[in-house]
Amino acid sequence: MPDADAHSTTATTDTIIEVDGVVRTFGRVRALDGVDLQVPPGIIYGLLGPNGAGKTTLIRVLATLLRPQEGRVRVAGIDVLRDPTSARARIGLAGQFAAVDEFLTGRENVEMVGRLYGASRREARRRADEVLERIGLSQDAGRQVGTYSGGMRRRLDLAASLVGRPEVMFLDEPTTGIDPRNRMELWRMIEDLVEGGTTVLLTTQYLEEADRLADRIGVIDRGVIVSEGTADELKAAVGGAVLELTVAPQDREKAVEVLVAVTGEEASVGEGGRRLRVAARNGSRTLTEVVRNLDAAGVLTDDIGLQRPSLDDVFLSVTGEPPSRDATEGTDTSDALTDDQAEEAPRWRR
Amino acid sequence: MAALNRTAPAPGSTPGARARVTFTSTVVDTWVITKRNLLRNVRLPQVLLFSTVQPIMFLLLFTFVFGGAIEGSLPPAAGGEYINWLIPGLLVQVSVFGAGQTAIGLTDDLKKGVIDRFRSLPMARSAVLAGRTFADLGRNAAVVTLMLVVGFAIGFRYSTSLLEFLAGVLLALAFAYSLSWVMAVIGLYVKEPEATQSAVFLPVFPLVFASSVFLPTETMPDWLRVFADHQPITTVTNALRALMLGEGALLDGQVLSSQLLLSAAWIVGITLVFSLWAIRAYRRAVG
Repeated sequence: MPDADAHSTTATTDTIIEVDGVVRTFGRVRALDGVDLQVPPGIIYGLLGPNGAGKTTLIRVLATLLRPQEGRVRVAGIDVLRDPTSARARIGLAGQFAAVDEFLTGRENVEMVGRLYGASRREARRRADEVLERIGLSQDAGRQVGTYSGGMRRRLDLAASLVGRPEVMFLDEPTTGIDPRNRMELWRMIEDLVEGGTTVLLTTQYLEEADRLADRIGVIDRGVIVSEGTADELKAAVGGAVLELTVAPQDREKAVEVLVAVTGEEASVGEGGRRLRVAARNGSRTLTEVVRNLDAAGVLTDDIGLQRPSLDDVFLSVTGEPPSRDATEGTDTSDALTDDQAEEAPRWRR
Repeated sequence: MAALNRTAPAPGSTPGARARVTFTSTVVDTWVITKRNLLRNVRLPQVLLFSTVQPIMFLLLFTFVFGGAIEGSLPPAAGGEYINWLIPGLLVQVSVFGAGQTAIGLTDDLKKGVIDRFRSLPMARSAVLAGRTFADLGRNAAVVTLMLVVGFAIGFRYSTSLLEFLAGVLLALAFAYSLSWVMAVIGLYVKEPEATQSAVFLPVFPLVFASSVFLPTETMPDWLRVFADHQPITTVTNALRALMLGEGALLDGQVLSSQLLLSAAWIVGITLVFSLWAIRAYRRAVG
């Protein structure tokens, strides 16, 4: 994906979003506690984190809505803190709520934003038509937004940001509260956007969304990026494969004993008490050994198999429990994570 | 996809690509925002209703319910008709109430994220507040016109010249504009649309009633009268009455010129202090 786009950006840089030691406090709350982030151009970068992790605060800093107390922020080669107006000319923002005016028509909304991006009246109209067409709202463009559905409003919000032809789009939880069909539609639009050369940074609480959309993912927790990489890298970091099996309830104890004996790991029992999970360091070797030992113990399994960890597992292992990060002041983020994992991961949900 | 196929400028190597806010772009931005806010006034039924029905209701109720009882205690300049006394006062009253919409519109925009969108655009920052107050001035002008039409229909007549009458209308609008900035400050501090409603009207009601808007202040108890006679709403109302009904509408010892000067001082002072305050509060509220 980054390759497809390499020709359209100059070779002088390989990051289009650069965040360096950004701190933003609200009173005594450290919403951003030393965030470092590099995003290469032409990709979708997913910022994943629970509520209150600092996702929205970071987006607001990047979109020039909020000044950090410390740190440097560059977007599209522009120092956002020093020259916010130039930065604004190159970015688009779609927030958590569709910031469209319901008393204006769809077209009026988009045209207005186009004019505020500096386009002439005619140019704003031309671009509005173009963007509305692309976002599939041409038919409804003449209607007041008050009559639109929630999904249509989000799409219009996205269209309004696109009218400025931004190099970088910031999307703050673009699909929160949207029904599945509209979510798929929005995903498709976001992917289209990146194909056209725009870099997208989006925040999400949905692992599925990050997994499906994002080329790279940053996990943010308590104002710090605690883990970073592609979805596959993150999953691998959690610690290899997981063995999952289903047994009859009366065999459960025996099965757990076998699993612990073979792997030396703690096994977890899922819903209904029939589904068991355990980390399988040695992959298929662990699997064969478990099968052999279960057989010897006379335990019948309904279903057994190796699974790669889901992003869910990544998320929980990284943010699930308070890591002892307080003393380190959050500067050595990725290192802290690996140490953590060496000792505790994988930590499954009980 | 044609929209996005232009090549990204080389970061750091295109100083010419620096976006600037110029005087012209500020004017355009302000106009775009003003137009947007004016459409809000016209297209949102609750705003339109509040702007039109409520003032007319006040006018009709006061004229026909209180008018008969009050007429006897009015100065001769009113010509024995309460409506003549009332209209200049009501023009000030609708200006004060109408200014409240500045606060409500602003908190509404803040809440819905519209202000965030504006602030993420390469537009003039000042356009958001300027466009808001200009649009509210436009709405107030429409409401004042409506009031006058209905007022004339039920018997209001000015007894001075057309020029003085129009000067009075302008004075009311200028006062309304200055109050918009006060309301902007209130809105920016309160931030919640629901709470703004009461934050605006709680101070506005006593200020409007403890003034010469509806009745001469002479019958008020001394402590209240001292306040009523010196607050800006009374000053502007008095100036307006003198412009529309002649100096006979003023208290002994008052003259039109001094009331006008005092009104102008209030208007300029309020606008200066509160516009600067609003700009500060705006930066705080959003950043």
